[in-house]
Amino acid sequence: MSLSIPGRRRRGGFLTPPWWFAAPALLVYALVVLYPSLSGMVYAFTDWSGIGDSSFNGLDNFRQLFRDDAARGALGNTLSLTLAIVVVQNGIGLLLALGVHTRIRSRGLLRVVFFAPAVVSPVMVAVLWKYVYNPAPDAGLNGILGAIGLGGLRQDWLGDPSLALWSVAGMVVWQFAGYSMIIFLAGLSGVPDELHEAAMIDGAGRFQRFRHVTWPLLAPALTINIMLSTIGGLKLFDQVYAATGGGPGYASETLSTVLFKEAFVLGHYGYSTAIALVLALFVAAVSLVQIHYLRGREVNG
Amino acid sequence: MRVRYGYRTFLLEIVMIAVALAFLFPVYALITLSLKDARGIAAEPLSPPTDPTFDNFSRAWSQATLGEALLNSTLITVLSLLALIATGSFAAYFLARCATRLGFRLYVLFLLGIVLPFQLGMIPLFRLVDSMGLLGTYQGMILFYTGIQLPFTVFLYTGFIRALPGEYAHAALIDGATHLQAFTRVVFPLLRPITGTVLILNAVFIWNDFFTPLLYLGGSARETVPVRIFAFVGQYVSDYGLVFAGLVLASLPIVAAFLVLQRYVIRGFASGMKG
Repeated sequence: MSLSIPGRRRRGGFLTPPWWFAAPALLVYALVVLYPSLSGMVYAFTDWSGIGDSSFNGLDNFRQLFRDDAARGALGNTLSLTLAIVVVQNGIGLLLALGVHTRIRSRGLLRVVFFAPAVVSPVMVAVLWKYVYNPAPDAGLNGILGAIGLGGLRQDWLGDPSLALWSVAGMVVWQFAGYSMIIFLAGLSGVPDELHEAAMIDGAGRFQRFRHVTWPLLAPALTINIMLSTIGGLKLFDQVYAATGGGPGYASETLSTVLFKEAFVLGHYGYSTAIALVLALFVAAVSLVQIHYLRGREVNG
Repeated sequence: MRVRYGYRTFLLEIVMIAVALAFLFPVYALITLSLKDARGIAAEPLSPPTDPTFDNFSRAWSQATLGEALLNSTLITVLSLLALIATGSFAAYFLARCATRLGFRLYVLFLLGIVLPFQLGMIPLFRLVDSMGLLGTYQGMILFYTGIQLPFTVFLYTGFIRALPGEYAHAALIDGATHLQAFTRVVFPLLRPITGTVLILNAVFIWNDFFTPLLYLGGSARETVPVRIFAFVGQYVSDYGLVFAGLVLASLPIVAAFLVLQRYVIRGFASGMKG
């Protein structure tokens, strides 16, 4: 108490905790997040290479980003990958949640099974899936396809440039669909039984009850799920780096992998912070748009 | 609505179990291959092992030096969690109880960190850690995780403390306790539920993180499990039995912890926030 500064004492009285309670956290936060992020924003407008002086070059880095085929491709890949993950992961997550949120006896066990991959390191999941995507005809997914008579569908999942990106999306969906399911389940358990009973008495069928009772009440869970999977998709690095390294060629390069190569392989620090700034703007913009749009839906629903 | 277990429920049960089995195929492949030698894998990769060998496990353990990596991961995770809980709970207590404009602004400043992607400050931070001589050390990683996870930790704690009545601490203060005593002896024990959530979500994030430990620790004796496994895989890429045995050993601790604490882990993740 004796350490409270006079101003705080006057306003909050002696019951308010002293300001220094927040000091260690603020110090670490400023050092690790605030200061580096601010300098990142500044360096995005320079030709910094890590050695010697750097000078401001205006918007050159951003012009280069939109001229450079590799970076433009990475931007497109990031957006396609994110869209695919958001749609498929949440679609499957919702179906799993609806299936588990019933009277089936295995519901407790299934919940654990589907969620389990989400606690394992994405890098290890990527290593495992590199085997699942093995091009050999008798291994992994190809082996299964052969065994069930669908040998014609065998693919070089990660080696085919037109397929590699979607294969990466597949392993991400496998790992995190159970996570979406858990959030939908939390939403479903908040839907009161009385509403279903009332709708049933009014003669609503299964689909109508889902459409008009369950679905509107799932809005908050859907908001959270779309937010988390979009942000996760935009920032995706580990799985791409471990499974394809951005290849073949630039076929599965994302903003995060290009950023990594520009910074730590090529030493283009200024340029790579510009890519990071674009990524940051995307993440922030998507969060804001989604909060706005989905808030409206929650109210109307 | 509480329908009985009829034939439709039974059909659904069959379908869901079939889906789960298909879903588990990669895990089946993981375990099967880790129990076979190279000849077994070449001949019959996906059939159940007829003559299981544990040879891959002992080789993976020593060649990936997994003991060292597990120790590194454990130390970094546990010490980062302690630092996070200590700094985060104190700061949140102040932010939740300080009604001034300064307190509110500080809170918003912390929340900003949840939206800012860490890539933005990644390179300046890497240079900073390098200039402090902390690359390849535990301290560098602990500092990083404490800073990067503080916004989320402060957010969770502040929300919880705001919903908690202030009278407990007030009674202690009136009885002559200092703020420090009132917080550590009276308030902090009341925070147990949210401390549990904070611990679980941050532990999963820190244990599994790859990018930053790859940058800060890659090639050193301080490598965490994901980084060590990644390097190991690069070295023995075609020896699936060995690689998969390494994967099984490396993911065993977190999977075991999850199975023991599954109720709490699922509840923590269901709150919809992620590190």
